[in-house]
Amino acid sequence: MEKDVAIVGVGQSAFVRGSDMAVRELCFLAFSEALEGLKLKSNQIEASIICSAPEYDKQRSPAGVIAEYLNLIPNPTMYVETVCSSSTTGLRVGYSLIKSGLHNVVAVIGFQKMSELSSRDAAERMGRGGDIIWESPFGLTMPAGYAMYARAHMAAYGTTEEQMAKVRVKNSSYGSLNAKAVYRKILTLEEIMQSEPVTTPFKRFDCCANADGASCIILASKGVAEKLTGKPVWIMGLGSATDSTSMSGRKVLTGLSCAKNAAKQAYDMAGIGPEDIDVAEVHDCFTISEILAYEDLGFAGPGEGPKLIDEKQTYLDGKIPVNVDGGLLSKGHPIGATGGSQVRTIVKQLRGEGKDIQVKKATIGLVHNIGGVGIYGNVTILGR
Amino acid sequence: MGFERFGTVSFTTETKAADFINYLEKGQVSATRCKKCGRVYFPPRVQCADDLTTEVEWTSLSESGTLLTFTQVNYGPSGFENDTPYTLAVVEFDEGIRVFGRLDKTIPSGDIKVGMKLRAERLNLAEGKISYQFVKA
Ligand SMILES: [Zn+2]
Repeated sequence: MEKDVAIVGVGQSAFVRGSDMAVRELCFLAFSEALEGLKLKSNQIEASIICSAPEYDKQRSPAGVIAEYLNLIPNPTMYVETVCSSSTTGLRVGYSLIKSGLHNVVAVIGFQKMSELSSRDAAERMGRGGDIIWESPFGLTMPAGYAMYARAHMAAYGTTEEQMAKVRVKNSSYGSLNAKAVYRKILTLEEIMQSEPVTTPFKRFDCCANADGASCIILASKGVAEKLTGKPVWIMGLGSATDSTSMSGRKVLTGLSCAKNAAKQAYDMAGIGPEDIDVAEVHDCFTISEILAYEDLGFAGPGEGPKLIDEKQTYLDGKIPVNVDGGLLSKGHPIGATGGSQVRTIVKQLRGEGKDIQVKKATIGLVHNIGGVGIYGNVTILGR
Repeated sequence: MGFERFGTVSFTTETKAADFINYLEKGQVSATRCKKCGRVYFPPRVQCADDLTTEVEWTSLSESGTLLTFTQVNYGPSGFENDTPYTLAVVEFDEGIRVFGRLDKTIPSGDIKVGMKLRAERLNLAEGKISYQFVKA
């Protein structure tokens, strides 16, 4: 593996409902945790990449305001967006800035304050996530898009609602240990199965909740990274792919093609396969999303994802532990901050700082972060 | 102008693919075919990015298609509050073209099965608006 771009710092705010802080203040929390223990001052960060989903922001062009608040000016800043996968797209851009030799230290800051909008405004935004000419006029929502993947998986492989609920059972058990998660209650299979229907086959507890929060990743070139920290985590593989926004344009409905394509690129770049991954964070915006991720990432064969959760192979002591921080289902999903939070969990695992959720001998970890209903797929492989 | 008539809530008034509505008035849900490469597009479009051409023709879907997936939506976005529950679906027509839309509300939910045969038909909405829905073939 090439050791030329490292993650030297990671941080996140707590993910909460209705934060009493401004966006820039949430970003400060993530930024200060990421710099903890590093002899690095704001003015040594040569560029910043700010990531969020703009339709939820009150501030127009938030990059400038956040760079100013974190004392990152006069260095360049820029804004990157791929909805829910914005901050791992930011990571990809940051990697390129360092790999190209343009900069040595780059901060990737993701945020979202979903509560800046009234629920009425949020419902209006909800209607514009799909193709606005051809599909939004039918009332397509994001949960409905994923629910159609769930139904197709059920029809093709006999996947059951109980198997989906088991993903939430697992993630809620780990979420209860995560002080920064919005949802910390342990849920039983019965509670999940009996929760109110949202969009069939999804019930309330099949879905993650909106949240407010921020995340931060500090990237450095090899020379600088080894001076800054004794525990650099290296970027081994990056994959990124796009599928049609329209549901009509999807060739496959039993898995996310963008994730499959991104995973192949990331494995090829790292020179490894799925069997080499010790711990993974996957984009479980809905319970089915985690099952699709098992298959799209090659942890299970097509249609065999449900078996993996049945056999508890994705628990902490299983074959491939997944979402041991509780996942989006527990942490909540502050769109632009989510990918950075996933990266933070894997970096802590690889540094051996996972505490009660530490996977033994974790040396290689994977992050799977998806934007929209499988529009944008980013897969990142990290190693120590 | 003219395309704001499409769907329960529309977000677009102008598109060069607005002829879709004229075909819909005649009861046809139509795709477009690039005259140069032959690629059939749904959603329809009058520009092919492979050939950088606007030489396209309208073509109607096959009579019936197969239900690939569906979901009954209980919470809709703004403008759909009085519309729920409704069932969204993806249907594959014989030429391999997939079409997203809604199922006919009169189909009992117990009858809805992946693999069932459906056809697309024009649906007149309130205030002169127009759409299509999938009905039992
Ligand atoms: Zn063409």
